[in-house]
Amino acid sequence: MAIIKLSEDKVRVIKDICASFGNKSGEIINVLHQVQGRFGYLSAEVQEEVAHELNMSVAKVYGIVSFYSFFTMQPKGEHPIDVCLGTACYVRGAEKVLDAFSRQLNVKIGECTPDGKFSLNTLRCVGACGLAPVAMIGDKVYGRLTPDMIPGIIAEYNN
Amino acid sequence: MHVLICGGTGCKSSNSLDIIDNFRTILKEKNLQNEVQVIKTGCFGFCEKGPIVKIMPDNTFYTQVKPEDVRRIVEEHIVKGRKVPELLYMNPENKEHVSDSKHMDFYKKQIRIALRNCGFVDPENIEESISRGGYEALAKCLTEMTPEQVIAEMKASGLRGRGGAGFPTGLKWELCAKNKADQKYVICNADEGDPGAFMDRSILEGDPNSIVEAMAICGYAIGATKGLVYIRAEYPLAIERLRIAIAQAREYGLLGEDVLGTGFNFDIELRYGAGAFVCGEETALIHSMEGQRGEPTLKPPFPAVSGYLGKPSNVNNVETLANVPVIITKGAAWFRTIGTEKSPGTKVFALAGQINNVGLIEVPMGITLREIIYEIGGGIKDGRQFKAVQTGGPSGGCLTAKHLDTAIDYDSLVAAGSMMGSGGMVVMDETSCMPAIAKFYLEFTCEESCGKCSPCRIGNKRLCEILEKITSGNGTMEDLQNLRNLAAVIKDTALCGLGQTSPNPVLSTLDNFWDEYVEHVVDKKCRAGVCKKLMKYEIDREKCIGCGKCAKGCPADAISSANYIAPGHKLSSMTIDAEKCLKCGACISGCKFGAISVK
Repeated sequence: MAIIKLSEDKVRVIKDICASFGNKSGEIINVLHQVQGRFGYLSAEVQEEVAHELNMSVAKVYGIVSFYSFFTMQPKGEHPIDVCLGTACYVRGAEKVLDAFSRQLNVKIGECTPDGKFSLNTLRCVGACGLAPVAMIGDKVYGRLTPDMIPGIIAEYNN
Repeated sequence: MHVLICGGTGCKSSNSLDIIDNFRTILKEKNLQNEVQVIKTGCFGFCEKGPIVKIMPDNTFYTQVKPEDVRRIVEEHIVKGRKVPELLYMNPENKEHVSDSKHMDFYKKQIRIALRNCGFVDPENIEESISRGGYEALAKCLTEMTPEQVIAEMKASGLRGRGGAGFPTGLKWELCAKNKADQKYVICNADEGDPGAFMDRSILEGDPNSIVEAMAICGYAIGATKGLVYIRAEYPLAIERLRIAIAQAREYGLLGEDVLGTGFNFDIELRYGAGAFVCGEETALIHSMEGQRGEPTLKPPFPAVSGYLGKPSNVNNVETLANVPVIITKGAAWFRTIGTEKSPGTKVFALAGQINNVGLIEVPMGITLREIIYEIGGGIKDGRQFKAVQTGGPSGGCLTAKHLDTAIDYDSLVAAGSMMGSGGMVVMDETSCMPAIAKFYLEFTCEESCGKCSPCRIGNKRLCEILEKITSGNGTMEDLQNLRNLAAVIKDTALCGLGQTSPNPVLSTLDNFWDEYVEHVVDKKCRAGVCKKLMKYEIDREKCIGCGKCAKGCPADAISSANYIAPGHKLSSMTIDAEKCLKCGACISGCKFGAISVK
């Protein structure tokens, strides 16, 4: 059995979530949704604990976590930035917007700034194609973006 | 009096919730809160002009409303009965204000069946839905029709699966009904993953009750007592509204045990997707609901025989289900009067890209692309030239000007080298590069391939690599031939629908834009100016005044003095080191003198 390095509190949270789904392995996706909702991401230790509670192999849990793009094993920044790369945004210049964020923050896609403030990712279609190209910072949607708007948007969060 | 405000994703992103708050506050201030009802609705469709506010009963349609405009609407329109002309839609041709959506070109050619209630009811109030005929069809089925009659009606209507493949819905129901089992399932596929498509989301956000009703009708027809909605976790508003609709339907005796006192039992649960495009494929979707990796399996057995937990299951897409109640109330014969003979009814498209009127439209099958793009869509943005329209998302293809007059239905789109797909329709102008678009879709497929079968896992990766080679200026004519051969192999040998259709964007662009591929390979040129590696930034040293703004803004320090003073200038002009240049374009947008260009 793996040595669990998680704090008691976190183990408790995971146990409670698993129990609320009857510790059934068929509920793994719902369990992972809730666990990620609480911790922000699914670390190796968290996956081990979930596997233990649902009586599944860690490999199986990892297989599911890595299969679905919604699940992440990386911590996100305080202000997660997601640039939409859906087709509508792509044809209206989303790549340039993405480049501008990457340049401004000096991070690559999937990375987090050293101070933990921003992380940069892409997603496929927010459903706001009328405002293309769009990006989300946290829950806020920014529309009709152009590369020169990016420094100003980042500044909003730095103050 | 009612004030309807769009709470769809697009309008919400432009502060429509603040508009709602302002209406509530200002109406209260004027003591009108009891006379005027403020309702947050689902998508009106005209996302380009959002946020949209509609005043009923006089049907006034205000566009691009800002939170600070609310006071004027209340004081002028609601109190004094005078419309606010500046906020009305302006016909771009004759510059006249249009106050009623019926007279706007965007809506004139649309027929709304699946979207019938979107933008007309409060999606969080079942009574509004009932007052517009909601649950009438369910009552009719349970009290006047046998399950066989319901299936016969669905078959007669000719409704085909709106998820994209176009399988006849009535036939699907019949196959599932025939299999005897102690438990069957009705599954609603709400895992809309096609980038650039948001039809299902808008139906769920705007009219969730129609889906609840349709699932119950399907349950009655096939003999199932359980319904499951597989919905994307990325759609929190749709999930919330569906939950409310299910809870209210239970309260009103429209779900649960003994529905409407007829002895029929049916209930619905939600299951969440976690972001996997392949889960739109029904066998993959079922595996995901069972808590496994969403990998497809070979059919047969079809879900109608062995689906969720090994029980017979019927999987329908959201838009397909939204059509069901109307077919039952108005009859198959009525439904067949709309659309074409082989594809009756309407189709919802998410119209997006380089077009004036971006939005959600519902049009009768058989309409031409020209009508959609130029009449409903209002033509290409900024007066540029139409180049292509992409339908069917990553499984579809790009159609060109020669297809503009093709009547759209399932079969004609396939014949033209594309497909209906779930309804994404992305319009492109000359600023889009077709090999780059093909690569864009292939990258998507590579990311989303589940990896189970090698043609899809490895074949698409190789296709993508060849496209990378072409778009970076290293392609050969042999590569173009290899693209075709490999695409054909993947089409023939992949396991599921995702792999079998993934080469379509490559094949259709090769067929329709061969010259552009040849240009990339032979002339090393990208006419659209998209492929960075084929571009070169240059400063016109005669125009440059040497202010150095470009050099300060350059993230790569690629710009320096050229040691050349142009006649009439005081400072040396600048030059770009092509080796260091990232081709980000920061210098161009910063130059006030138009001295920098892309070659």
